[in-house]
Amino acid sequence: MSMFQTSSQTVLPRRQVLDGAGLRGWFAKYASQVAVSPSIAIVLIAVYGFMVWTGVVSFTASKMLPNYNFVGFDQYVRLWSNPIWRIAVSNIFTFGLLFISISTLVGLALAILIDQRIRIEGFFRTIYLYPMALSFIVTGTAWKWILNPGLGIERLVHLWGWESFRFDWLINPQYAIYTLVIAGVWQSSGFVMALFLAALRGIDEDIIKAARLDGANGIAVYRRIIIPQLGPTFLTVLVILTQQAVKSFDLVVALTAGGPGNSTHLPATFMYTQTFGRDQMAVGAASAVMIFMTVAAIVVPYLYSDLRNQRDDV
Amino acid sequence: MSIRNLIVATGLLLSTSSLALADEPNVEVMHYWTSGSEAAGLDVLKTLLEKEGVKWADSPVAGGTGMNMVQVLRARIASDTAPAAAQMHAQQVQAWAAEDVLADLSDVAQKDDWASVIAPELVPLITSNGKYVAVPVNVHRSNWLWYNKKVFDNAGLQPPTSWEEFNAVSDKLLAAGVTPLALGGQPWQELDLFESAVLGLGGPDFYRQAILQLDEKALQSDTMVKVFDQLRKMNKYVDSNYPGRDWNLATQMLIKGEAAMQIMGDWAKGELALANMQPNVDYGCVPAPGTKGSYVWLTDNFGFFVTKDPNKQAGQTAMASAILDKGFQEAFNLKKGSIPSRIDVSMDKFDFCGKAAYADRAEAQKSEKSLPSLAHNAAADATKTGVFLDVVSTFFETPSVTSKQAIDQLVAGLKSAQ
Amino acid sequence: MTYNPIVRQRGVRHRTGRIFIYLCLGLIAAVYLLPFLVVALTSLKDLEEIRDGSILSLPKAPTFEPWRQAWSGACVGLECSGLKGFFANSLMMIVPAVVVSTAMGAINGFALTRWTFRGSNFVFALLLFGVFIPFQIILIPMARSLGALGIANTMVGLITVHVVYGIPFTTLFFRNYFISLPSELVKAAKVDGAGFYQTFFRVVLPISIPCIVVAVIWQFTNIWNDFIFGTTFTSGGNVPVTVALNNIVNTTTGVKTYNIDMASVVITALPTLAIYVFAGKYFLRGLMAGSVKG
Repeated sequence: MSMFQTSSQTVLPRRQVLDGAGLRGWFAKYASQVAVSPSIAIVLIAVYGFMVWTGVVSFTASKMLPNYNFVGFDQYVRLWSNPIWRIAVSNIFTFGLLFISISTLVGLALAILIDQRIRIEGFFRTIYLYPMALSFIVTGTAWKWILNPGLGIERLVHLWGWESFRFDWLINPQYAIYTLVIAGVWQSSGFVMALFLAALRGIDEDIIKAARLDGANGIAVYRRIIIPQLGPTFLTVLVILTQQAVKSFDLVVALTAGGPGNSTHLPATFMYTQTFGRDQMAVGAASAVMIFMTVAAIVVPYLYSDLRNQRDDV
Repeated sequence: MSIRNLIVATGLLLSTSSLALADEPNVEVMHYWTSGSEAAGLDVLKTLLEKEGVKWADSPVAGGTGMNMVQVLRARIASDTAPAAAQMHAQQVQAWAAEDVLADLSDVAQKDDWASVIAPELVPLITSNGKYVAVPVNVHRSNWLWYNKKVFDNAGLQPPTSWEEFNAVSDKLLAAGVTPLALGGQPWQELDLFESAVLGLGGPDFYRQAILQLDEKALQSDTMVKVFDQLRKMNKYVDSNYPGRDWNLATQMLIKGEAAMQIMGDWAKGELALANMQPNVDYGCVPAPGTKGSYVWLTDNFGFFVTKDPNKQAGQTAMASAILDKGFQEAFNLKKGSIPSRIDVSMDKFDFCGKAAYADRAEAQKSEKSLPSLAHNAAADATKTGVFLDVVSTFFETPSVTSKQAIDQLVAGLKSAQ
Repeated sequence: MTYNPIVRQRGVRHRTGRIFIYLCLGLIAAVYLLPFLVVALTSLKDLEEIRDGSILSLPKAPTFEPWRQAWSGACVGLECSGLKGFFANSLMMIVPAVVVSTAMGAINGFALTRWTFRGSNFVFALLLFGVFIPFQIILIPMARSLGALGIANTMVGLITVHVVYGIPFTTLFFRNYFISLPSELVKAAKVDGAGFYQTFFRVVLPISIPCIVVAVIWQFTNIWNDFIFGTTFTSGGNVPVTVALNNIVNTTTGVKTYNIDMASVVITALPTLAIYVFAGKYFLRGLMAGSVKG
C-alpha cells in the first residue's frame, strides 16, 4: 500500500497545479512515479485484475463461457474430487523439485567445467545454450521419437547389441513424469549454466589465489570459497526455474499429452483441459486459483526477505 | 520525417484486422482440418463459394484433437469478434446453441428442404428449439474393424464377428507372432475401443441406456463389468509400445503387417490409400466385433455465429446451402473417407468400404440401430464425455485398476459432472 | 573464443584431468545436440526412408525438397504457400513488441533503483509477481479486454499482449542490472541538476548496452516461440509463424508428412538459433555485467 501513500503526499495547492511551471515541477518531482505508473496500471489489470476475475469465475457455474450464477464452493469440491487433479498436484511437486534441483546441478556442473580454461569454449557454450532458443512446439516430435522405445534410444542401444537394455519411461505411467524432467532440464540447464558462468567469472581471483596458497585443492576451493559466493545467483536461478516449472505446459502437450493413463498431467494442463476441452470453465478457474495460491505461498516470502535485505543496501 | 511516416505506415498495416474483407459477401471459416485430405475436401467448398462470389477467409487452428480451436473460438466470442462459421462436433453444436450465439438457419433449411434430405439421426443435434443452427458436412463411422488381408490369409483366419471370436483370433495371431491389434494409447482411441465393446457386448439397447441415458443400473451392471474385462484382455493384444501413439502410426503397423487389426473410424482409409492398399484386396473393413447391423456415427458440422453485417449474413447463407450441395457432398466425402450427411447422394464413385458404410447406415436407420459416438462428441456433452475419457484411459493403461473400481469411478465422476 | 581475457588462476592442469573434462563436455554436448540432430536429419529424408529407417541414420539421398515445400508449398489450412508469409508476420510483430517491452523495462528498472520513491520495492514486487502467471489462465479475460479496446484479432492486439506480459521480465533484468551500477553516476547527474529523463537517456542508457542485449534476446526468444498468444489473439493470414507451424505439423485425421514437418521446424527455429549462435557471447557478457544477479 505504500505506493498509494506516496501519491497521497502529492496533493498540491490547486493554484500551483494549474500554473504551468507548477505542473512541470510536479512532473519533475514525481517523474519516477509517473514513469512506472503505466506499467503499474497494466500489471494491476492484466495480472491482478485477471486473477481476481478468475477467482470470481471459480465461484460460478460457468461452463462454455463465463456466467455469473454463483454456486459457492461447489467447483472446489468438484476440483478436489477429481482424481486427475490430485495426480496433477502431486506431479507438479515431483516435477518441480526434480526439474529445479537437477537443472541447477547440471547448470552449475557445466559452468564449472567450462570455466576450466578450455579451448573452443564458445562452441560448447552455444551447444548447451541452444535448447533455450527452441520451444517444445518445435522440438516436441523429436523428443517423442527419442524417448519412444520403438524408435529412439532403446532401439538404438538394441541395434548396438545390448538387447536387454530398457528405456521405456515415456510409455510407463509410473515413470513418464521423469521424461518431462529430462526434456525440461535439457531446455533450461544451458541458461542456468550461463548464469553461473557469469557469476563465476565475477569472483575475485585474489581470494582464490590465497586459498590455493593455503594448500586447498581444486574441489575444496569450489566447495568452500567459490560456491558459497554464488548465493545471489542461486536465488535468480530459483526464480527463473520456479517460474518455468509453474508454467510448464508445452512440455506436457508435446511429449505425453497428459498420458499414459493420465499420469503426467500438471496443474496448467489440467486447467486448460477442463476449461477448453471439458466445458468446465469454473472448475478450470478453481484450479487456477489453487495455482496462484501455491505460487504466492512460495514467492511472497522470498520477495519479502529479498527486498527487505536490499532496502538495507540501497 | 521519413521515420515518422514509416511508423505511421507500419501502425496502419498492423492495425488492419485480417477480417477487413471487401464489401462483398464473405465468410471467415474457423476449422481444424489442416492436413492433406481434409483440407483438400474443404477446398472444394471454398471454390464452390468463390464461384458464387463469396470470399473465403481461412482461419485454421490445428491441434489437441480440436481443443485448440475451441479455445481460440471462445476467445474470439469473448472479444466480440466471432468468426462467421466454425467447425463443430454434434454435441458442441448443442452447447453453443445453449449459449445463444448460433444463427438461425431455418430459412435456408426450408428453401433447400433439409428436413427430407439430411440423415434423420443428425437432425435432433443440429436443431435447437425447432430451429436449424448447424449444417452437417459428413458422417463418419467409428465402429469399423480394419484388417490386413494378407496377415489373415496367411494365418488362415476370418475377421471376428463377436468379441469372443476377437479374443480367439487374437490369441492365434499372438501365437503366430503378429500383434493382433494396432492401437494408439490416446484417450480418444481407447474410448473408441470402449464404445465398440459396450455395443458389441451389450447390444444397441444397452448402449442407449449406458451411454446415452447414463443409467446407473446399466453402468453398474455385469455387462459393463464384462466390457471393462474385455478392455483388460486387450492389454495383451496390443504391442508394448502403444501409449501416446498417433492413430496413423497404428495404421502403419497394419499396413506393414506388424499388426493384424485396427478399430478406427473411416478416416483410416486415407492412410491406407496413401500406402496403395486397395479396399477388399489388401485390407478389409467389417463392423467392429459384435456390432454388425449397428452404425455408430459422428459428424462434423459448421455452425454460424450471429452477426448484423449483411455481407457476412449473405456469406453464411451461401455456405450453409453449399455444404449440402450434392456435388460438394460427393467430392468432399470421397476425399475425407466419410459418407455424405445427405441420404440421396449417388455412391457410385465411392470405394467398397464407403458403399458398405452407406448401405449399413440405411439399414441401421430402419432398424433403429443408428447410434451416436461417445468418443467423438456425438453422444454426451463435453463434461460427461470427459469423465469417460479419463476413466477409460486410466483403466486401460493402469493394470492395477479393477473393472469394478473403474465402474465406481465412472459413476462417481458422472455424478459430479451433472 | 575471445571471451574473457583475464588469465584464470583456477583450472585443472593435469593432462588426464583435462582429457576427462573434454570428454565430459563432449559427451554432454552430444546429448544436447541429439534432438536437433534428429530434426535436421529427418528434414532431409524422404517419407519412405523415415518410415523404415532409424531416427539417427544419415539420409541415403539427402533432399532439400521438404525444405522448399515448408518454405513455399506446405498447406497451412487451405492456403498452400508455406511458411514464408507467416515469417514476415512474426518479424513485423516482434520488432515493436521487443522494443516497447524492453524500453518500458529499462525505465522501470531505472525508476525503481536509481530514482527511488517510497514504496518502490513494493512496486517491484508487484510487477515481478507477473512472471509467475501461467498464460493459459488469462486468455479469456484478455480477449475481453482486447475486444473492449477494439484491437481484438489484430496484430496490434497481439503486440500489446506480448508487451504486457514482457514487462515483469524486462523490469527484473534492468532493475538487477542498475542495482549493480555504482550509484555515484546518477548522484553526480542529479547534483548537476539533470532531471529523470535526462539522467536516464544521457547517463544510464549508454552504459546499459549489456543489459539491453540480455533483455532483447530474452524477449525475442520468448515472443518468437510463443504459440498460445499468437493462436488466440490473431487469426487467418495474420498469425505468427509458430501458429502456422502448428497447423502444418498437427493433423487430426490426416496423413503426416514428417520430413516437411521437420523442415518447417528448422525454418521456424532459425532466427532464435541464429541469435544464440552469433550473439551468445554478448548474452553471457550481459549476464556477467549483472542483469540477472539476485
